[in-house]
Amino acid sequence: MKNAPPETTPFFARDRDVHPPAYTPWYKTSVLRSPQRALISLEGTKSEITGPVFGHGIINEFDNDLIVNYAKPGEGPIGQRILVHGRVLDERGIGVAGALVEFWQANAGGRYRHKKETYLAPLDPNFGGVGRTITDENGFYWFKTIKPGPYPWPNGVNDWRPAHIHFSVFGHGFAQRLITQMYFEGDPLIWICPIVKTIPDKDAIERLIAPLDMNATIPHDMGAYKFDIILRGRRSTLFENRMEGN
Amino acid sequence: MVQPLGYLKETASQTAGPYVHIGCTPNFTGIHGVFDADLGSGSMVNDQTRGERITIRGRVFDGAGTPLKDALVEIWQADADGFYNSPSETRGKADTNFFGWARCPGDMDTGEFVFETVKPGRAPFRDGRLMAPHVNFWIVARGINIGLNTRMYFSDEEQANAEDPILARVEHKMRIPTLIGKREGDTVTFDIYLQGENETIFFDI
Repeated sequence: MKNAPPETTPFFARDRDVHPPAYTPWYKTSVLRSPQRALISLEGTKSEITGPVFGHGIINEFDNDLIVNYAKPGEGPIGQRILVHGRVLDERGIGVAGALVEFWQANAGGRYRHKKETYLAPLDPNFGGVGRTITDENGFYWFKTIKPGPYPWPNGVNDWRPAHIHFSVFGHGFAQRLITQMYFEGDPLIWICPIVKTIPDKDAIERLIAPLDMNATIPHDMGAYKFDIILRGRRSTLFENRMEGN
Repeated sequence: MVQPLGYLKETASQTAGPYVHIGCTPNFTGIHGVFDADLGSGSMVNDQTRGERITIRGRVFDGAGTPLKDALVEIWQADADGFYNSPSETRGKADTNFFGWARCPGDMDTGEFVFETVKPGRAPFRDGRLMAPHVNFWIVARGINIGLNTRMYFSDEEQANAEDPILARVEHKMRIPTLIGKREGDTVTFDIYLQGENETIFFDI
């Protein structure tokens, strides 16, 4: 954040065509949880273009290392060791510095560490499945983890989620707030998943699929996937006829 | 041919899913030892925070009238004087004892969310008119494909609400009460209805 002057301009209008609509009946839970009336458009006021910014001080040393942050001393989780890295950019292609990125996932067998999870696959005593980091001055982030397994879920009779990692991202304004999921290159479950299929745009789905990144693998240690996250852009210059508050 | 505009496309949203708490409030779901405390949990005020203390509580209901027990609610608001604690706040410096943001998972049995905060002051709309005091809400959950934005206004601010430029543009005035938190003493109750007869107004911000 230090090198970036604060930006005070409104965000680009959100292109709702790249996002899933609220009502997607093949993802059954959306049926009763989708508003039926149109959203009311609200161009950015101070209330939306501002947002919380978290200092690096909230991050501890192993917050972005899921291989060690829940493991007992001297032990580690079972599974494929991977590095996930990328940049948080905005629609202008500018790195978003100081963005808080939170992530969570199942273990290698597809089991989540959550009270309400009942899948047969066992918990891994050395894997929690949660981490977070803050992007550097150029928007880069990375974390180490175990590649998650697919898991079945009660939607259709035989629906399985592709391997995925959930991401929650804060930019610089509350209007940039985003939660999404990262998928892995080559997973055949991606294209039959009802949650993936909530997104009508094939290109938008492909942008959620992280490619294998052999350049970033650490030989004899871990594989790597690259996942860039794009947040809403904002106008670069303030062109207002009348300044706020005057 | 013309020059390409060259803009990137925003990453598509996906549902937060039923286990959003693992990532956003791990201690709440029983994952201890990774983070000291859940981000955005606890009271938003300390002894030095300026302003009137209030408690906001409510639930999120689905289209069948059942409260969601797996929603995650975040709020963002101005301080007592109407300033936001953000680098994008240009009008003045916000109260350094008030961060302005918090998150709360719904109670696993009742679905209730609770925020201990201060009543926000008025901030200007883009043309300089003052908006009424309000709190921004962002709701994610299993079954919600993209986070829902709404605003909570206050029932004890009738005059300010009547002047509010955002409320003024709501065509169907009978829907405005869905945005008004009901104040009784220090408690403001704000229930959110995702769908149906009393559907809360949601904004494309």
